[in-house]
Parts: sequence; C-alpha cells; structure tokens
Amino acid sequence: MKEKINQIINKYNSDRSRLMDILLDIHDDKGYVDKNDINQLAKSLGISAAEVKETVSFYHFFSEKPRAKYNIYLNNSITACMRDRQGVKEAFEKACGITFGHVTQDSMFGLYNTSCIGMNDQGPAAIINDIVFTNLTPYRVVKLIEGLKEGKELRSLIYESYGDGNNADPDMQAMVNNNIRKGSILLNKNYKKFDVVKNELSKHSPEDVIQMVEESDLRGRGGAGFPTGMKWRFGRRVEGDHRVIICNADEGEPGTFKDRVMLTEYPDLVFEGMVIAAYATGADIGLVYLRYEYKYMLKYLNRILGEMREKNFLGKNISGIKEFDFDIRIQLGAGAYVCGEESALIESLEGKRGEPRDKPPFPVEKGYLNYPTIVNNVETLASAVRIIKNGAAWYSQYGTKDSTGTKLLSISGDCKFPGIYEVDWGTSIREVIEMCGAEKVQAIQVGGPSGMLIGPRDFDNLSSSDLMKWYKPSGMMVAEKFFDRKLSYSDLPTGGSMIIFNTERDLLRDVVMNFMEFFIEESCGSCSTCRNLPYIMKMKLEKILNGHGVRKDIDDLLTWGKTIKVSRCGLGQTAANPILSSILNFRHIYEQHVQAMADYDNTFDIVKSVEAANKYVGRNTEFHSN
Amino acid sequence: MNKTIKLKIDGKVIPAEEGQTIVQAAHANGIYIPTLCNFEGVKPKGCCRMCTIKINNRYMTACTTPAADGMEIENNTLEINDIRKSIIELLFVSGNHFCPSCEKSGNCELQALAYRYEMMVPRFPYTFPQKGVDAKSPKIIKDQNRCISCKRCIKTIEDEQGRKYFAFKDRGYTLEVVLDEEMAKTMTDEIAQLAMDNCPVGSILKKEIGYKEPIGTRKYDKKPIGSEFEV
Ligand SMILES: Cc1cc2nc3c(=O)[nH]c(=O)nc-3n(C[C@H](O)[C@H](O)[C@H](O)COP(=O)(O)O)c2cc1C
Ligand code: SF4
Ligand code: SF4
Ligand code: FES
Ligand code: FES
Repeated sequence: MKEKINQIINKYNSDRSRLMDILLDIHDDKGYVDKNDINQLAKSLGISAAEVKETVSFYHFFSEKPRAKYNIYLNNSITACMRDRQGVKEAFEKACGITFGHVTQDSMFGLYNTSCIGMNDQGPAAIINDIVFTNLTPYRVVKLIEGLKEGKELRSLIYESYGDGNNADPDMQAMVNNNIRKGSILLNKNYKKFDVVKNELSKHSPEDVIQMVEESDLRGRGGAGFPTGMKWRFGRRVEGDHRVIICNADEGEPGTFKDRVMLTEYPDLVFEGMVIAAYATGADIGLVYLRYEYKYMLKYLNRILGEMREKNFLGKNISGIKEFDFDIRIQLGAGAYVCGEESALIESLEGKRGEPRDKPPFPVEKGYLNYPTIVNNVETLASAVRIIKNGAAWYSQYGTKDSTGTKLLSISGDCKFPGIYEVDWGTSIREVIEMCGAEKVQAIQVGGPSGMLIGPRDFDNLSSSDLMKWYKPSGMMVAEKFFDRKLSYSDLPTGGSMIIFNTERDLLRDVVMNFMEFFIEESCGSCSTCRNLPYIMKMKLEKILNGHGVRKDIDDLLTWGKTIKVSRCGLGQTAANPILSSILNFRHIYEQHVQAMADYDNTFDIVKSVEAANKYVGRNTEFHSN
Repeated sequence: MNKTIKLKIDGKVIPAEEGQTIVQAAHANGIYIPTLCNFEGVKPKGCCRMCTIKINNRYMTACTTPAADGMEIENNTLEINDIRKSIIELLFVSGNHFCPSCEKSGNCELQALAYRYEMMVPRFPYTFPQKGVDAKSPKIIKDQNRCISCKRCIKTIEDEQGRKYFAFKDRGYTLEVVLDEEMAKTMTDEIAQLAMDNCPVGSILKKEIGYKEPIGTRKYDKKPIGSEFEV
C-alpha cells in the first residue's frame, strides 16, 4: 500500500495544491484513507497530519474509516422525501441489515445520507460506487441488493435502460434522464460545434469579444447575476503571470440540475465558452470544477476535451491564432455544497478545505494560486458562445429589456412534468406553473433553499423588491449594489431551481426543516454565525412545531435572522432564508402552531418532566403528586 | 512611508496608511473596534464576525478590509453593537463557558467582551453540545467546550518547517479545532505557552500550572477590553 500511495503522490509531484486529486486517487484505489496513509501524505507534502485531515474530514465523500464494497449514498433532497424516500431508506436498511451511517459486518454494504445529487426530477436517487440509480422504489431496492448479494455486477443491475441522449454514450452509460421539456437558444442542436473558435474568434480582437458580451447584458447564471462582460474586463485588466478561467460545475443548490443536462448534451458549447473567455481575457489556464456527484460524466467529458486538443481547439496557437495557448483540466470535487461559492471552489482547487475567502480581494484580482481568476457558471459560458456567434443585438431580442436572454429552469416537486425548461427572462411564475402541469400549488421554492419560499399571492408579481431583499446568493459586494439598482432582474432571481409544493405538503415540518438541516450540514463552519445560528434557529422551529412556542418566538426568529447576515459568504447570509421567507409568506402557519394568548411557554408539566429525567438517568423513583 | 489616506468612522475623520486594515487604522487612532479572531502579525481570516462594521450599508469585517480613501464607516451604532452582542451570546450558548472555574478567567477575551457589551442572559437557548477535552499532549490541555474556532492557534503555532500544530476538523456545526497527535508529543514549553497566550479563551491551557496569578488581578479584571486603544 505504501508503494501505491507513493506512486500517487509522485504522479502529482508531491504538490500540496493537488491534495484533492491525491485523495481522490487513493479513494478510487481503496475506498478510504487510513491513519498510515495520512501520516505518509503528511510527510511527503511537508505538512502535519492534522492539516491533511483538515481536508479529508471536510468533504463528504472522503472517509478515514474503511468503507464497504458497495457504498450507497442516498440523496435526501426534499423532492426525494416527497416521493417515499422513507420507504426506500427502510428498504435499504432492511435488505442490508444495518441503519444509515454504518457499514455491514462483512464490509459488503455501507449506507450514507447525502445532500441533493442533482436528480430532483428523478428521485429518490442514490449514488452507488459512482453509478447513479434513479427513481428508486422499495421494490427496486430489494432487487438491487439481492442482485449484489448474488454477486452480480453493479452496472448490470441498472433496472431501467440508459437515459435519453448522451446519457447512453458508451463513456457514460447512465440511467439518468435529461427531461428537457422546453428548449430555445441554448438547448438547441441546430448549431455548428466549435464554429466560433474555428471561424469567428480570429475576426475579433479580445476587446471586441468583451464588448459584445457587455452589450448583450449577459449576467452570471450561477445565481449572483454579476455582469459577465464586466467580470471579463476586470480579469483582463489585472496583471498576472497567468490568468485562469474556471467553469463552475459544482451545481450544489438543491433542486438545480440544469448544468448536469448542459454538460450531458452540450459539453462542446460549455468548453467552447471557456475558450472564448480565455481569448477575451488572455487566460492560459482552464479548470472545470465538477461536483463529485457527476463523476459518472468524467470519462465522457475528458473524451470531448481530447477531441478538442486533436483539432487544436485547445493547446497552443489555438485555431491558428498566434500565442493563444489555453488548455482545460477537470477537477473533481468531493461533496461540499459550499465549494460552489467561487472562492471556496478556488480553495478546494488548491487542495484545501472549501472555506470561502474574505473579499476583497475578489477572485478576479487574486484567485487560483493568486492569479487573476474568472469564475463563470456552465450556463453563462454556453450563452457567451451564442452571443459571439449571433451578436449582442440578436441575443437581447430574448428576455426583457434589462434581463436579456434565456434562463434554464430546473423544475421539480409536485408537477406532472419535472425537468429542464429554457424560458425567456420575464416569464411569469403562473406560466411556469402551467407549463410544468402543477396543480393545487401551495408554495414554490425559488432559487433553492438559499432563495425564497413564495406563496400564491406572489405568483403573478414576482418582480417584487421583497424577493431581492432575501436573495443574496454569493454575497458579492458589487452584485448587491447591482440588484438594488435594477430590481427588474429579479423577475426570476435564480440559479434556476424551482421546487413546487402542493397543498398536501407540510411546509414547516417537512420543507423548512429539510432545508435548515441542509445548511447545518453544509456550512463550512468558519463563521461563528453560520456555524451556530442555523442550528439554534432550527431548535426554535422545533419548539414551535412541538407546541411550546409563543408569538415572541416567531419574532425572535426574525430578529436572529439579522445576525446571520453578517456571515462571510452567501451560504451563511442566506442560511436563515427558509425560516425567514416562510415567516414572511406563510406566517399564518406559524401562528397556528404557537400558543396565541400566552407570553411564555406555560405547558410545563412537572410530572412528565420528572418521568423524562428518570428515564434519562435510568432512575426509577415514584412521583408523589399529592 | 506609505501614502496617507483619510477615512471616516462614525463621522470622525482619521488618517490611515495605505495597506492598513480598518481595525489597524481605527486602533491607531483611539477608536476601538472589537475583535476576537484577529491576531496582529498574521493574515486575518474573518471567522468570529465581531469586528463587523457597515460600509455603504453593507456589512464588512474591519479586520480583513483594507482601509481606503474616503471610506465612511459605521462602527459604534445601536445596530452594530447589538449584532456584536448577539455574536458574543452565540459563542456562549454554543460552548460551555463556566467562567468561575476557568483558568483563563480575567485574561479571557470572550469573557471581557461579554462584560463590555453587558451580556446578562443570552437571548439564545443553550445548545449543550457534547464536546471532549483532549489531554493526551504532555504539555497542554485542549478543551473543546471552550474553543470558539477563531483559528488563532492554527495561524500562529507552527514548527520550524511551517507545519501546523492545530487544524480544523469536520465542518459546519460539528467543526472543531484539533491538535496534531504526533506534533503534540514533542511540543516544547515555549510553544505550549505561546499557544495558551494566543488563544483568546481557555481552550488551550498549559499543564501543571494554574492560578499563578489570582483571579481578580488579571488583565481584564483591572481594565475593560478595548480600553487599551481608546483615548
Ligand atoms: C453557497 C454558494 C454556492 C454556490 N454554488 C454555485 C454553483 O453550484 N454553481 C455556480 O455556478 N455558482 C454557484 N455559486 C455562485 C458563485 O459563487 C459565483 O457567483 C458564480 O459561479 C459566478 O459565475 P456566474 O457569474 O457565471 O454566475 C454559489 C454561491 C454560494 C454562496
Ligand atoms: S457563511 Fe458559512 S459557509 Fe460561508 S464562510 Fe461563513 S461559515 Fe463558511
Ligand atoms: S483553541 Fe483557542 S485559539 Fe485555537 S481556535 Fe480554539 S479558541 Fe481559537
Ligand atoms: S476579528 Fe474580524 S472577523 Fe474576527
Ligand atoms: S473565561 Fe472565557 S473561556 Fe474561560
């Protein structure tokens, strides 16, 4: 084993900044890193074992304990819960004979919970040894585990055929479906691959390219909505020995899965967008940060990159443009929502725990290895290709005056047609509801847990300033200013996640609790506020749901929500939003749970409490009530 | 000499040198901005959020933000002070800070801040987390119940090769700051003392010595925290 680990370390030149890859390779090889491995790594990399563990213990898919032959990560996103995740979970537990969080004695099966894996439209879904199993039912679970016990090969147990489109590609063979319900200018196969790199780029100066993107008014599709052209201009202006383009494919916001579909069907468009961004900004290093959950695409995506190199769309003097050198490497994540935040993503790329950086400096000034770095979402980069091909004026025909172009929506939850919809900006929520065939809608979560829970009175008019008040995705200074100025961009403020809840759903007990647990689990823990407050606010919500709350508890939650806004990054700043936005829009539900006339909880029952205390300490005293 | 710039804190104009953080500029000019995780001499990392200020109606951390010419800063306001107080309370309820039995009492910055911000009963419920005490090291006790994860030990305690004695473990609500097992074995008395001194609270204590200086005569027993900066 020692030798093997040495090989892996040498493969990455004992480079501490490649610790993620080193750990990923070790996990590929033996499933976990033990104490000896960690000590060996520490020695070779010249850091303490505690520092190695700092990275290892941060990521969900790394383990210091032996894992099983089959490691089953069952996604616990809210839509999975709405489709009998409980039944599926129990089926796994029964079939394997263990509860979640454990490994069977024979080391055959390990059961783990995991946050949304980007399959909200086909849940409950699980990742088993990097293979995705969608649409799980208790029956399917039983068959699956039976098959594995009989020694059948995991892939042979895929119970549906491979998914549509490229999901069936020999290098992917995934049981995942695209569920593309509506295309427009991005989801559109009617284009010549790499046409812009091959035929257009040489006609424009980098300045021209930036100007076109600026004129198109393209804004970041990752959530924060920062003007893309401006970001590129900043990046070009900052001096550096190297410049870096990063494609953010971390897609961790629960309920979002559009980047998965883009990368499945249009990887060429996304990579071409990176090449264009590199040309415009003078970057030579390209990185794709791909969430671990999408590892099943890795081979396929690397093949596309290989093809691009062969055709000189990557490499040196790209497409004959002198001194235009640029290449792309895909970096896998290892399970951490916060790594979608651009500076946390960069920390992770440098082999560290994904702890967001203080801003300023922003990544465009000091990013990956301190080089000027431009981070863009998958969809943003793909949109840029269309803009350079067809012009800014053409692009701005779509959408509204101040929110140009189209937006990919990931729609899931209570509706007939969950999936991906490419809509023009300005589309109303009511249209969305009709489009996806939702009925008896009680509420919609717009923008994922960090966004906002809205009710029917908002359906017609989403451009309310309220929405933007709550929705502060990446906590970028400039983005905030920007939002205040152009509130109409808030027609659909979103990385694209829309989760629909019908009138049967228990919004507080099921939805809000699920989202709060998500933030408690996914916070990086660095800020005192974000580390502790979501937990405390969830405690308070539990108190209310258990009938112990009074009116003041609701108001407390609202005022506490203020303190968490001083957290460093967008995760913390929005971590109270599930509670805050549900109080804002569904206060009546909270009111139903609290003791309306009481000033303080007067349900204290001394007999019950003594019983509970007795049980806790294992004492058996009689209570003499009179 | 660096270029001198001017900024305004609560209406008062103060000079600053380019490259200074807002905390440095404020403290050099007799204005106190409370800090916990900040440690002079090492790169700041805004962990505790105590130094939160407002610039252009946005919350920023004064320990990480460079002073800039013409900046207008809100510091000592009702709103900001209440946020700071709530952060102190938050740190109290999410650990176990039983000051009367703590060796750091009187030298503890958290305790001192609680006095300064007149914390009485925290607004938050106690969470009573179950955390351990690591006493394996021959030199120090690392009490997780008092650790506020400020990172000061992580940033400042290294050996000659730059290897860190302390590091984060896990994330989110279960985040902890732990001591490297191997390095703990060879820790010197000097390093142990430095670690204890650099820790703002009583999470790192040197073994086999205690209460040398009686409680009541210690640093913050005599003067409130921040008074060293204020004019
Ligand atoms: C907690 C958190 C998670 C994020 N996750 C993502 C993500 O998965 N994908 C993404 O593109 N942006 C994500 N962002 C936003 C990024 O920080 C950044 O703004 C974005 O990648 C910039 O690209 P754009 O301008 O093209 O949108 C996240 C932000 C926060 C605060
Ligand atoms: S807000 Fe939360 S996730 Fe973001 S840096 Fe702070 S602790 Fe980490
Ligand atoms: S041990 Fe002390 S210095 Fe280290 S992180 Fe905890 S509170 Fe800060
Ligand atoms: S002192 Fe600035 S965040 Fe802690
Ligand atoms: S008195 Fe503050 S931690 Fe002990």
